[in-house]
Amino acid sequence: MAAALFYALSLICIVSSLIMIFHKNTMYSVLFLLVTFFSVAGLYVTLNAQFLAIVHIIVYAGAIMVLFLYVIMFLNMSHIINFQKSKAIKIAATATGLMFLLVIIAALSSATYNGNVTAGHEIGLASTLGHIIFNEFLIPFEVSSILFLSAMVGVVIFNKKDLIDE
Amino acid sequence: MELIIFKVGLIVTLFLLSLLIAAYSTYAERKVAAFMQDRIGPNRAGPMGILQPLADGLKMFMKEEIIPQEANRYLFILGPAISMATALMTSAVIPWGPDLNLFGQTVSLQVADINIGILYVMGVVSLGIYGIMIGGWASNNKYSLLGSIRASTQMISYELAMGMSIVAVIMTTGSLSIGHMVSSQAGSTGMAWNVFYQPLGFIIFLICAFAETNRTPFDLPECETELVGGYHTEYSSMKLGFYLFSEYVNMFISSAIIASLYFGGYNFPFMNIVQENTGEIMFAIICAVVFLIKILFFIFFFMWVRWTIPRFRFDQLMNLGWKILLPLSILNMLITGFFILYNN
Amino acid sequence: MQSLTNRSKIVSNKTMTWSERIYLPAILAGLKITLVHFFKKKVTLQYPEQTKDHGPYFRGRHVLKRDDQGRENCTACGLCALSCPAEAITMIAAERKPGEEHLFREEKYAIEYEINMLRCIFCGFCEEACPKDAIYLTEMIPTADYTRKKFVYTKDMLLEGIEPKDRIDISKRRKGIREGAM
Repeated sequence: MAAALFYALSLICIVSSLIMIFHKNTMYSVLFLLVTFFSVAGLYVTLNAQFLAIVHIIVYAGAIMVLFLYVIMFLNMSHIINFQKSKAIKIAATATGLMFLLVIIAALSSATYNGNVTAGHEIGLASTLGHIIFNEFLIPFEVSSILFLSAMVGVVIFNKKDLIDE
Repeated sequence: MELIIFKVGLIVTLFLLSLLIAAYSTYAERKVAAFMQDRIGPNRAGPMGILQPLADGLKMFMKEEIIPQEANRYLFILGPAISMATALMTSAVIPWGPDLNLFGQTVSLQVADINIGILYVMGVVSLGIYGIMIGGWASNNKYSLLGSIRASTQMISYELAMGMSIVAVIMTTGSLSIGHMVSSQAGSTGMAWNVFYQPLGFIIFLICAFAETNRTPFDLPECETELVGGYHTEYSSMKLGFYLFSEYVNMFISSAIIASLYFGGYNFPFMNIVQENTGEIMFAIICAVVFLIKILFFIFFFMWVRWTIPRFRFDQLMNLGWKILLPLSILNMLITGFFILYNN
Repeated sequence: MQSLTNRSKIVSNKTMTWSERIYLPAILAGLKITLVHFFKKKVTLQYPEQTKDHGPYFRGRHVLKRDDQGRENCTACGLCALSCPAEAITMIAAERKPGEEHLFREEKYAIEYEINMLRCIFCGFCEEACPKDAIYLTEMIPTADYTRKKFVYTKDMLLEGIEPKDRIDISKRRKGIREGAM
C-alpha cells in the first residue's frame, strides 16, 4: 500500500515536472509545477511529516507560485514564447546545466545511505521540528531570517531609487 | 469498520450541510439585505420564499453555457472547479463536538483530527486563490484579469496578518490541532473563550476573514462599479453558480473557524452542568447545535457588515493590510508571548 | 477678500482623533443603524395582491360608458379623435337601426372604436372633449404584452358591461374633474 502510494506519487511528480519544463505555455508550466509540489507534499505525508507537507503547500503553492502566476498574468507571457536565442546563450545554458548536473552527482556520490526511512517516526511533526530548529540550529535559523530581511530591504531600496536620487 | 462507516457518514453529513447552508446563505443574504433596507425580500417561491435557493439553482442550470472563443477552454472550466473543491475541503478539520465513546473506542466528531489542523485550513484557503486566478486569466478579458490580480494580491496580503493572529492562539493553546484549541477553551464553566484573552487578535482575524472570503468591504475582486463582474465577468450558467456558491461555502467555513478559534467552538456556558444531566450522545448533539448557532450568527454578521460598510479603495486595502494589521498582529503575538513567559 | 453673502462655508481638514482614526466606533455605530432598520416596519407593498389607492386625478386606460339603462353613450362624433394630440383614437360611425334603441342612446353610434395604447399619452383630452359623457380614463392600467397588435384596444375591450357588477366606477374621477383640478 505505502509502496504503491510512493511509486504513484513519484511518477506524478516526475511526469508533471517534465511537462513543466517542456510545455510552451508558461501558464501550464506553473500549473504543472503546482502538481509537482502537491505530489512532493504527498510524499512528505507518507513519511508522517505532516507539518513539512502543509508548510510546503502553504509556502510554495500558496504564496510563491501565486506570485509567479501574478507576474505571468501581468506580462501575458503565453503570447511571447519566441525569445531571440543566440548561439552564445545556448552554449552558456548548456554549460550551466552540465555544471549543475556535476554538482548533483558529486553531492549524491558523497552522501551515505541510511537505509529505509520508516513511516511513523516523528521528525516531521511541528513540535519535533521546533525543538531541532530552536535548539540545535538556532543561529543558522536566525541568520537566515536576517538574510531574508536584507533581501526585502534591498527590494524596497530598488523600488525607491528614483525617490532617493531626487 | 464501524469507525469508517461513521466517518463516511460524517463526511457526507458535513458535505450536505455545507451545501445546504451555502444555498440558504444566498437566500438569507437577500432577506437580510432586504430587511436592512426596510424591504421584505424574496417571498414568492414557497412560503416566505423558502424555496428560492432551489429556484435560483434551477435557473443557473437552465442558463446558456457560454465559453468565450478566445478563452482557454480547459483552464476556464478548471477555475470554478478548483474554487468549489477547495471551499468544500476545508470543513474536514472542524470539530463538531466533544469526543464520543462509540463502538468501544473514542471517536472524535471531526472528519480528520490531524495535528496541524489550523495549518491545513491556511493551506487550503491559500489554494482557493488559484480558482479565481486561473478563471480570471483563462477568460481572456481585461476586467477578469484585473479582478483575479486584485484577488491574489489581496489574499496574499491578508494571509500574513491572519497567520500572525492565529500564531497567538497557537501559543496559548500549545497545539496546531483545532480539536485541542476548542477543547482548551472549555475552562471550568465552558466560558474560557479565546476572544476574552485575545480581543485584538480576534479583531485582526475577523477583518482578515472578510478579506480572505472576498466579502464587502473587501470585495474588490468582483467590484462591479469598476470591473463589471471582476474575475467572473465571462462566466455564465452553473460555472458562475460555482463561483458564487464557493463564496458562500467559504463564508460558512470562515464562520466555523472564527467560532472555533475565538468563541469556544462547541463550548457553551454551564456546559459542565448540562453534561452531568444528559446522556453522552444527547450532549454531543447539544454541542453541535450550539456550534451551529454560533456559525449562523457569524454568517449573519458577514451579511450585516456587507450591508453596512462601503467598499475600500485598493490602496486603502493594501495600507490596512500591510501597515496596520500586520504590525498589530505581530504586536499581539509579542504581548501574548510576554504574558505566557510572565505566567510561567 | 471678504465674502458678501456670508453663505460660504469654510471647510476644515481637521485631523482626526485617535478614536476616530481606528474607525471601529464608527463601524459599530453603522452596524447599529442597520440593525435598527432590520426590525423596522417594512414599506413594501405586495403589488398584485395589494394595490395603492390612486388619486382622483389618476389617468389610466379608458372606458366607454353606458347610461343607467345600459345604452352606449358614444355617438361617434369624433371629437375625442380630433382632440387627441397623439392621434391614438379612430372610429367608424354607424346609424342606429330600429329595434336597437336599448343598445345605443343616440341615433348614431360607433360600430368600431379603437385606441392605440402605444400612442396614447393619457392626457385626458378625450374625456374633456366628449360632449356625451361617453369616454373616461379609469384607474386601470394597460397590461404589458408581447406584440404591438395587442396594444390596439378594440371597442369590446373598452366598453363596460351592462350588468351592475360589470360597470366600472368612475365617480371619483368625475368628482375630481368637477372640482376643477384638471
